[in-house]
Amino acid sequence: MSSKSVAALVGSITLAFYSGMAFSSKYNFQEPQSVIARDIYDQHIMLLWICLAIFIAVFGVMFYSILKHRKSLGYKAANFHHSTAVEIIWTTIPVLILIAMAWPATKTVIAMKDTSEPDITIKATGYQWLWGYDYLQGEGEGISFYSKLSTPPAQMRNKEPKGENYLLEVDNNLVVPVGKKIRIITTANDVIHAWWVPAFGVKQDAIPGFIRDAWFTAEKPGIYRGNCAELCGKDHGYMPIVVEVMEQDKYAEWVAEKKKATAGVVTTAAVEN
Amino acid sequence: MAVVQDVHGHHDHHPTGIMRWVAATNHKDIGTMYLWFSFSMFLVGGFLAMGIRAELFMPGIQILEPELFNSFTTLHGLIMVFGAIMPAFVGLANWQVPLMVGAPDMAFARMNNWSFWLLPVAGLLLVSSFFVPGGAAAGGWTFYPPLSTQGGIGVDMMIFAIHILGASSIMGAINIITTILNMRAPGMTLMKMPLFVWTWLITAYLLVLAMPVLAGVVTMLLTDRHFGTSFFNAAGGGDPVLFQHIFWFFGHPEVYIMILPAFGIVSEIIPTFARKPLFGYSSMVYATASIAILSCVVWAHHMFTVGMPTVGQLFFMYATMLIAVPTGVKVFNWTATMWRGSMTFETPMLFAIGFIFLFVIGGFSGVICAIVPIDIQVQDTYYVIAHFHYVLVSGALFSIFGAVYYWLPKWTGRMYDEKLGKLHFWLSMIFFNMAFFVQHFLGLAGMPRRIPDYSLQFADFNMISSIGAFGFGLTQLLFLYIVIKCIRSGEKAADKQWEGATTLEWTALPSPAPYHSFETPPVLK
Repeated sequence: MSSKSVAALVGSITLAFYSGMAFSSKYNFQEPQSVIARDIYDQHIMLLWICLAIFIAVFGVMFYSILKHRKSLGYKAANFHHSTAVEIIWTTIPVLILIAMAWPATKTVIAMKDTSEPDITIKATGYQWLWGYDYLQGEGEGISFYSKLSTPPAQMRNKEPKGENYLLEVDNNLVVPVGKKIRIITTANDVIHAWWVPAFGVKQDAIPGFIRDAWFTAEKPGIYRGNCAELCGKDHGYMPIVVEVMEQDKYAEWVAEKKKATAGVVTTAAVEN
Repeated sequence: MAVVQDVHGHHDHHPTGIMRWVAATNHKDIGTMYLWFSFSMFLVGGFLAMGIRAELFMPGIQILEPELFNSFTTLHGLIMVFGAIMPAFVGLANWQVPLMVGAPDMAFARMNNWSFWLLPVAGLLLVSSFFVPGGAAAGGWTFYPPLSTQGGIGVDMMIFAIHILGASSIMGAINIITTILNMRAPGMTLMKMPLFVWTWLITAYLLVLAMPVLAGVVTMLLTDRHFGTSFFNAAGGGDPVLFQHIFWFFGHPEVYIMILPAFGIVSEIIPTFARKPLFGYSSMVYATASIAILSCVVWAHHMFTVGMPTVGQLFFMYATMLIAVPTGVKVFNWTATMWRGSMTFETPMLFAIGFIFLFVIGGFSGVICAIVPIDIQVQDTYYVIAHFHYVLVSGALFSIFGAVYYWLPKWTGRMYDEKLGKLHFWLSMIFFNMAFFVQHFLGLAGMPRRIPDYSLQFADFNMISSIGAFGFGLTQLLFLYIVIKCIRSGEKAADKQWEGATTLEWTALPSPAPYHSFETPPVLK
């Protein structure tokens, strides 16, 4: 084994590992759009630096040894095999590093779990294979619709060129106002699904017969896309989640329009009966 | 080097023909069958992996329909875990434990036969489930209900296969425990045992603990499917999440069942080729034991998105992070063993160093996954796929390759081709990283696992990953060629082929090891 090739390999892997952070989200988490997602993003970067430092320390020693302490260089083996002091040191230091990692994570976990006092509560129900949304509380209460993949099958079958948001587009976006605390309640109708929007740092399993919850506050208007993240059968890859974050006044308009449409449907139904 | 064994035993019973294998009770024959079985399952599982990577080569559906794709990922996982990695380690234990503790055979020779011959039955059930109506199980190798209550007869075949594999593992584990505790050569105290034997002793206890839990949970699933119970059905008063708790109570020890023997192998190889005793032997033993104990209280870190209470999430996060400490101790000990050694770099040593290098990367991503908020993002994405392939392929599998190259001269009496062995290592190393390193990026950027098709921003990394995977798969045919070439026409190996070896199989036995070894126990100095 040539030592140069080892060095080159180590160098290129390390470089590949860390060059990513500086460039686009192609190599890293998507750009965070909520407090929690930002905490996650920052902690991940911090962990990468810690890992890099440990990596360099451990493999620096190991590869120095691999280069120098070889029989082919005539190096004679030493015969030590024990040192209590050294062993205590390299047990203690990792414990301290882990505490430094766990401290901010603990704070984030507690914050993530705090779903109290939401402005709007929306129930997301997983079906094989689409999402149903019911606005339960807050502005828009009573709105209810399904949200299904809108990518044409011809694109999946490679008969048409694939669109920009291939497999990440739906017929009805979940619409929420910017800057409001949104509590998402998840459940499912058949099997377990998971409601995941990376930009908000929210991933919550949707379990049939049970209720779970998560929250986010979107910081900027825009469209944010995610996927079902729990294997739910044949079309697991085809039930994306699209959240459209609107300015408050636009959101109010959307609610009014949606209510009118729903009222229309209800009235028609009543007349028909 | 003194060969103390009388090679030509007076009652050298040596069966021949097919009955030598069908009715085998010799630990070497059974070990050989385990290893060949696991290699053939490795090729089957590898074929499925190639199918998965071929479908993911480009966006769009090309060769596998979504349902079949799910069957491929499910069976790839099950076959690799239960058919390839675990039997390979049991095969190594069958060959090496008696040789390394100076015992004439395994404690229960006939049970040993039975625990091997269950395996092909289970393997056949898994593979043939592809051809029954409804196809093979498609709910992932973790087969969470209610999804796994939905499938056809393929799911029942999988359940039955898991029962059989579990029975086989438990018998194998009992055999190994009994052999190690009762059949060591006089003078070999527990704290003088080679580390491979130690790690296998601890692994065998984990197996006895974990496999019955798996058997229980698949039985509950079976009765839910066919006999009207509702363990995991909320409509009948059950809870789908209960399944996940029980499954992972088995599943996490299982992870260490697949890595502790690897630690043992590396702890044999590194000192041999560094020509220097293992640094911190006793701390290695304690670290192994603490990893095993901790592995039983961290199971819910696989379920952080299921919606546990805050205290639950924090407990499982802290417990999981704690595992990094004994694991770190092991890596430091290996480094200290290499430090100021007189190293040579034959193929087993290359695989051992490759193991440490890539396993540490898998360990880093493991700590990252342990942090609950980050795990919420990466759970069920390609990041997790990358993480566990770093510990299972470049971890467990690389150690198995290392072990085979290390002990092949002892088993066959012949040397493998060193040049080709090194080529096998370097190709595996390059293609492995090509296949799996980019999957970290895919996961971070948001690509979920277990999907047959993906959005366009993931296209180039998936293509790189697929090319790496094809290369890795092809490289393993080279391994097959090397082994066959070694058996057929390798140069004759010395009794003590490795200068720095200190364990009994090298110091007290000729190469190849005679069919019956240590009929009288060796004398330990």
